[in-house]
Amino acid sequence: MKIIKKGMAGTLESSDVLVVISPNNDIGLKLVLQSKVEKQFGSAIRMCVKNTLAMCGVSDAVIEVRDQGALECVIKARVEAAAYRAAGETNSRFEVPS
Amino acid sequence: MKLRRSMMFIPGDNAGMLSNSYIYKPDSVMFDLEDAVSLTEKDSARLLVFNTLKANLYTGIETVVRINGVETPFWEQDLDMAVRGGVEVIRLPKTENVSEVREIEKKLEIIEKNCGRNVGETKIIAAIESAIGVVNSVAIAACTPRMVAIALAGFDYLVDMQTSRSSGSEPELFYARAAVLHAARAAKIDAFDVAYGDVNDEEGFLREVKIAKNLGFNGKSLIHPRQIELLHKAYAPPKEAVDHAEKVIQAAKDAREKGLGVVSLDGKMIDPPVIHEAERVLLLAQNS
Repeated sequence: MKIIKKGMAGTLESSDVLVVISPNNDIGLKLVLQSKVEKQFGSAIRMCVKNTLAMCGVSDAVIEVRDQGALECVIKARVEAAAYRAAGETNSRFEVPS
Repeated sequence: MKLRRSMMFIPGDNAGMLSNSYIYKPDSVMFDLEDAVSLTEKDSARLLVFNTLKANLYTGIETVVRINGVETPFWEQDLDMAVRGGVEVIRLPKTENVSEVREIEKKLEIIEKNCGRNVGETKIIAAIESAIGVVNSVAIAACTPRMVAIALAGFDYLVDMQTSRSSGSEPELFYARAAVLHAARAAKIDAFDVAYGDVNDEEGFLREVKIAKNLGFNGKSLIHPRQIELLHKAYAPPKEAVDHAEKVIQAAKDAREKGLGVVSLDGKMIDPPVIHEAERVLLLAQNS
């Protein structure tokens, strides 16, 4: 999945996360995370974001994540939605990673 | 036997409510992709509901997804997501005739086969929200073995009937309630009464619960967690009914152990429907 424009999903409400994905002029993923629980869960959130993007086939992107204490399932959903939007795709694929 | 007293609505795009609502222990939870979600957030809500379903947060609670209607461009993707996510029941909004249910059924079968679920595993609840839906509810309720309940939805129905909600005995809903309930009972499925919109009016809510319960509805659609406990308490059977139900079940057990074909209690014969009702009373008591 190629990121061609800025895509955003989520909110800044409690238990949610705001994810913004943009094209990266360089190769790879550049992830910026803000979270109230970064000390405890920062590495788990980063891993969740990267795994979700890998599942979507996104290899090059700038990702801004503003977490408000979201569960893993919410982070995955918001990253996927932002990625689909940033790739200009309207049909999501509902697949469960094995 | 499954209890369906409370079906709690959760907007499909509300991450906080999706993450936490299992703590209120409704009998069923309905993730809404229809009216509660704006046109620009349908895609995002679908992904949120999908990942929530996959996270198994709602173990022990029946999961329902309200899809967008078959007249919209959204329903097929909604259905694909819900079935692949492992939802138990699809709630079809504004059901007016059997052909709409057939269309959903056909698509369900394809998705179930494609994702390895058993054909027929995903159940359906038809929401009746119009005069034509009420008139056709007998056929709708009985049209497929997937149908586990029908739900009356008051707001759109009353607009269609060119009237509005009153307080008290609510004569404007009387025919629809009675008709939908008869359709459900004739088809041997469950029935949900309308949602009560004023979450701060406990007295009005309980008045309406009493009407629904006395008519014979299994429960109600709910829009706020605080209504769950009120509803469950209102549906709790009185102690005398529980005591009697326990005696009936014991008598049935004794007869079975003695190899007797006929069950009797205090000299009176007990029919299978009485035993079934006693089981229902005990289930309600255990979950109140």
